[in-house]
Amino acid sequence: MTLTEKTPPKAAQEAPPSRDGAHWAKPVDRLSAEGVRGATVDSVTGKRVAGPLQGFGQLWQKTLRVPLEGSSMSPQEVIAIWKEQFATFWPKGNQFYAPLAGIVPGEVALLDASPMPGSPIKMSTGVLVLYADDESFTFMTPEGHALSAWITFSAYREGDVTVAQVQALERTSDPIDEMIHMLGANRMVTEIWRKTLTNVGRAMGAPDPVVVVEVVCIDKRRQWRHAGNIRNSATLRTMRHTLTAPVRWIAGRS
Amino acid sequence: MNATSVALDRSGVVATLRIAGDVTSASEPDLMAGYARAIDDGARAIILDFSGLEYMNSGGIGLLVTLLVRAQRGGIRLLASGLSDHYREILALTRLDEAIEIHPDERAAVAAVEV
Repeated sequence: MTLTEKTPPKAAQEAPPSRDGAHWAKPVDRLSAEGVRGATVDSVTGKRVAGPLQGFGQLWQKTLRVPLEGSSMSPQEVIAIWKEQFATFWPKGNQFYAPLAGIVPGEVALLDASPMPGSPIKMSTGVLVLYADDESFTFMTPEGHALSAWITFSAYREGDVTVAQVQALERTSDPIDEMIHMLGANRMVTEIWRKTLTNVGRAMGAPDPVVVVEVVCIDKRRQWRHAGNIRNSATLRTMRHTLTAPVRWIAGRS
Repeated sequence: MNATSVALDRSGVVATLRIAGDVTSASEPDLMAGYARAIDDGARAIILDFSGLEYMNSGGIGLLVTLLVRAQRGGIRLLASGLSDHYREILALTRLDEAIEIHPDERAAVAAVEV
């Protein structure tokens, strides 16, 4: 059999390449985390992405920004370092396993994070790098993640000062995650981003970073048609795994 | 970076917002103002015509999400037309195509509303 390349239709040949073409992930039906090392569990491979429109709970827009007072870094320099050292800026207790290729469009990162405040167990999940350019990058969550979200990390100039920003558009994925969110996880996630920005600020040369937090509920309704997302829940899988740990331990000894 | 231009073209209960230039998070005032004017004029279906779209980053896509949510909340039908293959792919990648009706051009979008 001979393989031949398809000739694109004339209109496609003539279409000029889009200026943002290289910044977006290529279309993909199912995610693959093959390019990630270090994580013990890959709960992302085979999943589809799920954004705020596919989630269940109330829709929140969280905007956190920190003016980098005292830093001479440009927005481009801030984003370059943020991408390169993303894992080091996360608060203690959470793990981010970056793809080997780095934070570039189309790559998948894995992470272990607390599903609720004070939880000794970690939820294993991940993110797709949906978009990345010199001044911003965006993550989108996979099915099963507690949040159906887009999170954009960016930097820009405001007068003479560079500002680093996290903007999350998030809603919980299913009814159980929504309940946990109402019991404190919502504030916990906001706190993760506040601490992240504080760490970013210090690393970029701002000695005393002050993070401004703005949280708005964009849609108070819950999308009951997406309640079935619970079948993919990483939170439930983590709970089940933890509860059955003694059984597995006993079985392993016998 | 080019500025966003949002022009409202109304025809009965169907309004068309012609979006041209760059769509980023900075486009929010223009886009939301255009949407609000269309609603104030009594539109029940809004076509977002992207024939003049030159550039869109993730902030721009985020704006479309908030617009979609507002439309769903208000019972407004939202349609898109004039998307290049590239932007169609992005709407598929982000699964926005599950919530917005996509048509090749404005005429087809208007016809879909009038059926």
